[in-house]
Amino acid sequence: MVASRQLWIAFFGLAVLLTLPLWVSAYVLGVLTIAYYFGVFAMSWDLLFGFANEVNFGPTFLIGSGAYAAGLLNAHGVPLWLCLIAGAAAALLGGVVLAVPALRLTGPYFGLSTLVAVLLLQQFIIVFAGSTGGEIGLTMNDILSTEAITNYWYALAFMTVSGAILFALSRSPVGLILQASGQDRFGASALGFNVVKHKLAAFCISAVFSGLAGAMLVFYLGTASVGTVVDVSVGVQVIIAAVLGGRRTIVGAGIGAIFLILAGEALRPLGQLSTFVVSGVALLVILFSVDGLMGLLQRRRDES
Amino acid sequence: MRAPGTAAAPLLEVQGLTKRFGGLVAAKNITFQVRPGEILGLIGPNGSGKSTVMQLIMGLHRPNAGSVHIAGVDVAGWPPHRIARQGVGIVFQHSRPLHRQTVLENIMLGLLPDNLLKVITNRHVHDKARQIAERVGLGGVLNRKPSSLAFADLRRMELAKAIARDPLVVLVDEPFAGLTSGEVAAFSRLIAEFRRDGRAVLLVDHNVKSIAALADRIFAMYLGERIAEGTAEEVTGDPTVRRVYLGGGIDVASRPARTARSTPLLEIQDVSVLYGKAQALDRVAIHVDEGEFVSIVGLNGAGKTTLFNAISGLVPYSGRISWNGSDLRGRSPAAIARGGIVQCPETRELFGDMSVRENLDLAGQHLAAAQAAQQLKWLFDLFPRLRDRERQIARTLSGGEQQMLAIARSLMMRPKLLILDEPTLGLAPLILEQISNALEQLRSNTPITVLLGEQNVTFALPHADRIYVLEHARIVWEGAPSRFAAEAAATYL
Repeated sequence: MVASRQLWIAFFGLAVLLTLPLWVSAYVLGVLTIAYYFGVFAMSWDLLFGFANEVNFGPTFLIGSGAYAAGLLNAHGVPLWLCLIAGAAAALLGGVVLAVPALRLTGPYFGLSTLVAVLLLQQFIIVFAGSTGGEIGLTMNDILSTEAITNYWYALAFMTVSGAILFALSRSPVGLILQASGQDRFGASALGFNVVKHKLAAFCISAVFSGLAGAMLVFYLGTASVGTVVDVSVGVQVIIAAVLGGRRTIVGAGIGAIFLILAGEALRPLGQLSTFVVSGVALLVILFSVDGLMGLLQRRRDES
Repeated sequence: MRAPGTAAAPLLEVQGLTKRFGGLVAAKNITFQVRPGEILGLIGPNGSGKSTVMQLIMGLHRPNAGSVHIAGVDVAGWPPHRIARQGVGIVFQHSRPLHRQTVLENIMLGLLPDNLLKVITNRHVHDKARQIAERVGLGGVLNRKPSSLAFADLRRMELAKAIARDPLVVLVDEPFAGLTSGEVAAFSRLIAEFRRDGRAVLLVDHNVKSIAALADRIFAMYLGERIAEGTAEEVTGDPTVRRVYLGGGIDVASRPARTARSTPLLEIQDVSVLYGKAQALDRVAIHVDEGEFVSIVGLNGAGKTTLFNAISGLVPYSGRISWNGSDLRGRSPAAIARGGIVQCPETRELFGDMSVRENLDLAGQHLAAAQAAQQLKWLFDLFPRLRDRERQIARTLSGGEQQMLAIARSLMMRPKLLILDEPTLGLAPLILEQISNALEQLRSNTPITVLLGEQNVTFALPHADRIYVLEHARIVWEGAPSRFAAEAAATYL
């Protein structure tokens, strides 16, 4: 019931997004393109936080691994499509190397180890500035497209397909087992489920989508830099987007990301104040509706 | 369906099972068998190791020695999910369902294979879940969320999840805790069906009484060891069991008769507490007069701690609690403590990284320096062991010393009423005696009123002026310690 309601919200939203190129400027399409990649970051993150009940403080470790692996290969002349696959694979590999030892830890320690991983990646990029471009960034040989509309379609299609896969997974029997593993470790294992295996699988899926989205984003922007795909503050934005949209919904995380990026852009005339206002609004939503924007919608429906 | 009968090979065979936590031996050389269609009751007071044995079978802990055979396969040391797949199911005492899913989906969870590629639910799983739900009496609430279910239905759902895996061996933790007598009968029937199915059942509970009607045999534990085994009558009549539960030849100290005042110091009328849907206290009424020593005796889960927390203002309740004639409702826990009611909780709540002296000084913050020094001297005389340990960090003390410190810290606050919650939990006999002596000094040399909650009758009776027996959230007996053995002992075993 709840699932189908979320699907309707998603379908309606998608229909609106499909008509946008007809009546908004190329500039707005550009902002939305970035927002859609952020949507995938946030949705992948929600699979871990909402369903596996593991707080990954370092989504940018996965995003950044994907982005830089793709970017570095491209700098060596590897074709773009192969770089995208390599980006996803690199994030998966990084994710497994991190998660296998980290998932043995319980409580806040898993989250802390993911945070440390981001700092390591950031230092790695700065230390090997010769090949990674360091703090200046890495310029891509190729880009996805020079046309704003084409880029818009790529991003929208990518977000839709990723969202559909993540949503379907979360509603499948595997998703049910994942939720049980997240909420009651002993209870789930007493029912015969290998909790670590299911959480690791969720982490891998999250890593693949994060890495692929990171790679797509840098091929859209034309550059990869620490400030856009690795910095802890980027990760914080992903987390805020997912929580703002509504935990354990997947769809909500996508909506939260779009809202956050658009709001930041709309308030740009306020200068430095814009970040302040957007963060303030996000804080209010989280404080007064733990289930985020989707939770607010839900409550309105329940009351009427 | 498996054929019942005692001739069949045991489905669950526990052999020499031993588990140590640090220096504590939680289970020592435990051996028993459960055959298909047989129900074994595993009983013991709090801290006896019965839960540890259950957790060892399920694989939640790794045993130090011994074996656990499930249908002939040794599973000791396996992770829980593999043991579950080998055929062990557990019905937890507290359910932790998936709240966003329906009852049906929660039951379906038990039917899913541990397979990452399983992304489509098949029809068969749906039908099977529905069938199991009907069987346990959840047919009418299939599409509801767990949060809207009554407490008994939540327990039915836990039972359904266990049945879903068609286990050979079913472990049931406190099968009837929190259920009304009508629900107990319904649950007994459901558990009895396991016998018909040919499963081996292990019921884990505090005393014989609660499971006597259902269990074929009883295995009793105390301090990690087997103390008796046999039919319910044999175990109830066993001298060791009687000594553990009731104390050997209960000593009752005589005490000068006191003249009762018109208003009691503490009066509790009609107090009820609900934890979610479980009734933790049901219309409890007790009173404590000034200078009196009152013991509330009850097994783990009877509601002692809840009652004390209600008095201290830590849990919401209905009914009335009055202190010196005035209502405590609406006062903060801090105000209640300042008013003279000091609780020494079961969990001790010491500041583990502070020294003995720092813990005590902290409690004496509100006293004038001279008064604090005097109080400290008195406490060190009461517990000489603490004087020797003055500079030691609290968390490095032994369990008994920590308990002494917890009591001393409560006394440092100069209470009018001292509430002691299970001070004997997990302590060695020698330490018990020292604490017992300290309580006797409190009783004879100070005007402090004491309210003691205990499941250890041997400890609770000697000092008490009056005893209340708390059972399943209700006060079932009140009287003088001298009458306990004759009148209340039967309800306690």
